[in-house]
Amino acid sequence: MEYTLYILILPLLSFIVLGLMDTKWKPRVAGTIGTAVLTIVTALSYYTAWEYFSTANLNGTYQKIIAFNTVWVQFNEYLHIDMGILLDPISVMMLVVISTVSLMVHIYSLAYMKGERGFERYYAFLSLFSFAMLGLVVSTNIFQMYIFWEMVGLSSYLLIGFYYTKPEAVAASKKAFIVTRFADLGFLIGILILSYYTKTFDFGILTSCDANVFASFSGVTFMGASALSWAMALIFIGGAGKSAMFPLHIWLPDAMEGPTPVSALIHAATMVVAGVFLVARLFPIYITFTPEVLHGIAYVGAFTSLFAAVIAIVQTDIKRVLAFSTISQIGFMMVALGVSGYGGQAGTGYMASMFHLFTHAMFKALLFLGAGSIIHAVHSNEMTQMGGLKKFLPVTRWTFLIACLAIAGIPPFSGFFSKDEILAATMHFSPGLGVMMTFTAGLTAFYMFRLYYRIFHGKAYQTTNGHTPHESPVAMTLPLVFLAVVTIFAGFIPFGKFVSSDGAYYHIHIDPTIATISVVVALAGIGLATWLYRRENDVPSVVARKFSKIYRAAYHRFYIDELYLFITKKIIFKRISTPVAWFDRHIIDGTMNGLASVTQWTSLKTKGFQSGKVQHYAFVILLGTLIIAAIVIFI
Amino acid sequence: MGAIFDNFGSGVIPLEGYIFISLIMFFTGIYGFLSRKSLLMILISIEMILNSADINFAAFNRYLYPDQMEGFFFALFTIAISACETAVAIAIVINIYRNLNNVEVDSLQELQEPESTETKTEI
Repeated sequence: MEYTLYILILPLLSFIVLGLMDTKWKPRVAGTIGTAVLTIVTALSYYTAWEYFSTANLNGTYQKIIAFNTVWVQFNEYLHIDMGILLDPISVMMLVVISTVSLMVHIYSLAYMKGERGFERYYAFLSLFSFAMLGLVVSTNIFQMYIFWEMVGLSSYLLIGFYYTKPEAVAASKKAFIVTRFADLGFLIGILILSYYTKTFDFGILTSCDANVFASFSGVTFMGASALSWAMALIFIGGAGKSAMFPLHIWLPDAMEGPTPVSALIHAATMVVAGVFLVARLFPIYITFTPEVLHGIAYVGAFTSLFAAVIAIVQTDIKRVLAFSTISQIGFMMVALGVSGYGGQAGTGYMASMFHLFTHAMFKALLFLGAGSIIHAVHSNEMTQMGGLKKFLPVTRWTFLIACLAIAGIPPFSGFFSKDEILAATMHFSPGLGVMMTFTAGLTAFYMFRLYYRIFHGKAYQTTNGHTPHESPVAMTLPLVFLAVVTIFAGFIPFGKFVSSDGAYYHIHIDPTIATISVVVALAGIGLATWLYRRENDVPSVVARKFSKIYRAAYHRFYIDELYLFITKKIIFKRISTPVAWFDRHIIDGTMNGLASVTQWTSLKTKGFQSGKVQHYAFVILLGTLIIAAIVIFI
Repeated sequence: MGAIFDNFGSGVIPLEGYIFISLIMFFTGIYGFLSRKSLLMILISIEMILNSADINFAAFNRYLYPDQMEGFFFALFTIAISACETAVAIAIVINIYRNLNNVEVDSLQELQEPESTETKTEI
């Protein structure tokens, strides 16, 4: 399956060509090239998926296929960095997800970004991102993954800061880059510890969990935990940074400063699930050697999920609501991975996590693109300036409603099936965690329908300056409709047949009790939202006043950003950086400056001798001679 | 000093007399070299110094080694050298005159760092 190489090469070429040509070509040409390339990539990905799932099944288990591999850097006979393409169920599934969403975003952006300054640059960056993300999921070894991992971080940075004339966008892009960079440091250290003891980067060898490979870890402990636990926990920190897990989530809401289609592609569907993908990729190691780290991941995911859902309830910027909802849903995926076992029916969580990743990518991309369509019509992100838009934006409204139902977990939409599996796996692991996640699912339904009603229902839309909102052009509604159709039917894909923890067939069966409970909770959430927000009334403000303390705290995102600012500004900058800077400026620089100024002072004082006047020289010579003579004679 | 006057009137000039003359010439030359502004005057001062040396050569030869001639030859040799040196110096002076329209020694400051652009970067 050598042709899979073109899935990577084509977007890279597209990036290089579009990037070099920049404004030399008309925007339309750049957009067409980018979209055409992505269409080919999508077709290739689908073909790869079809060929893989129809041929790689050996005795009921999917095999890992190395479609391409080349040694890139050779350190010694064991340790070398390869570049290659690894096909296994999750990477093929990710290829499909990424190429689909990316293609939709490419088409959507043709209309959404029309007339923007830097349109060509935008498409070049989209191609770069597609290349990096596709390369990340097909990595054959952890170092290749790290390289592509950084590249998606870079393209995310570039695209968040696309409107570089806006100070908020610049600040947001820097924040995203620095926070994820910080987490990636943990990832790198984790990789180094892991490969130091196992003498390999290769996923195939690592995930085989061969006891010989991990033998050199035995007995190595650091601060009470084994070195392997440290390595895996550090690698998870890298994943947590990219996937916006608490407390590294602060960059994602700000990343909404980027263009909306970018939020749909990078900050909802693909890049932010890279952390989930990473944990899934290394899942055999987690489950075999370090289950305690895996359980830690589950608790982090659960807390993040609830935390983000609470914040999402009170936000008024529609993209920020969606951002917190994304964080919450990624929390769901992490929980599912954390509570999963390995192999057979015990691997429910793993399968559910990947399933949710798949369905979430589709309906969250749909929600963001819908939000983009709304912003396109209203020219504002603020809920308070919306309301009653349903008669102006029929297509957007219906597709948005489908996505809301899917994320709320109402059958037969796709979100129901995946979320139900997650809840089942969590309930099986620990009833307490299960109840917490069910409650979070109810909150999800509530805040999504609050969003829906605040946008499309409620008070009639006030037209400002004679501007009437209008439905978006076909290039924007087409991706919406396509993703809505996928959202409706994706739940019926026998997902367990394709992806499971050990590659064997996993039969999805829906536990009626859990399904009923989750649907009832979701309906309760929707019902509450309907009562509060369907028609304009003052109940929400009364409730907000009643719980004013918690309302204000949630509105300010529980002051996590302020805490970060406090730690960096007041503690790190003031207590550490300032003295270090003083030492550098006064002691280190002072020494050098002192040397220079002493030299200069000396030369200033002595250069008078070099007057250039012949008679002065002669006089000095004479004087010298006389002195020497005096010395010779009298001493 | 006394030796100079000891044989006064005897028709014999003592060695100290020659050295005394030479000393006066030498320091006259030095003084001229240091104080005169004109290049030509400086050149003449140099000649004065050289001639004082010549006198010493001749005098020492005459008084210390009367049967040998090296000192006289050396004096002649020095006169020849000083003639060459004067020729070169005159050529230089003429060139300076053509370039600067004067022969003042103080005006030769083309290679000197001008006072105004003196770098004084205080830290």
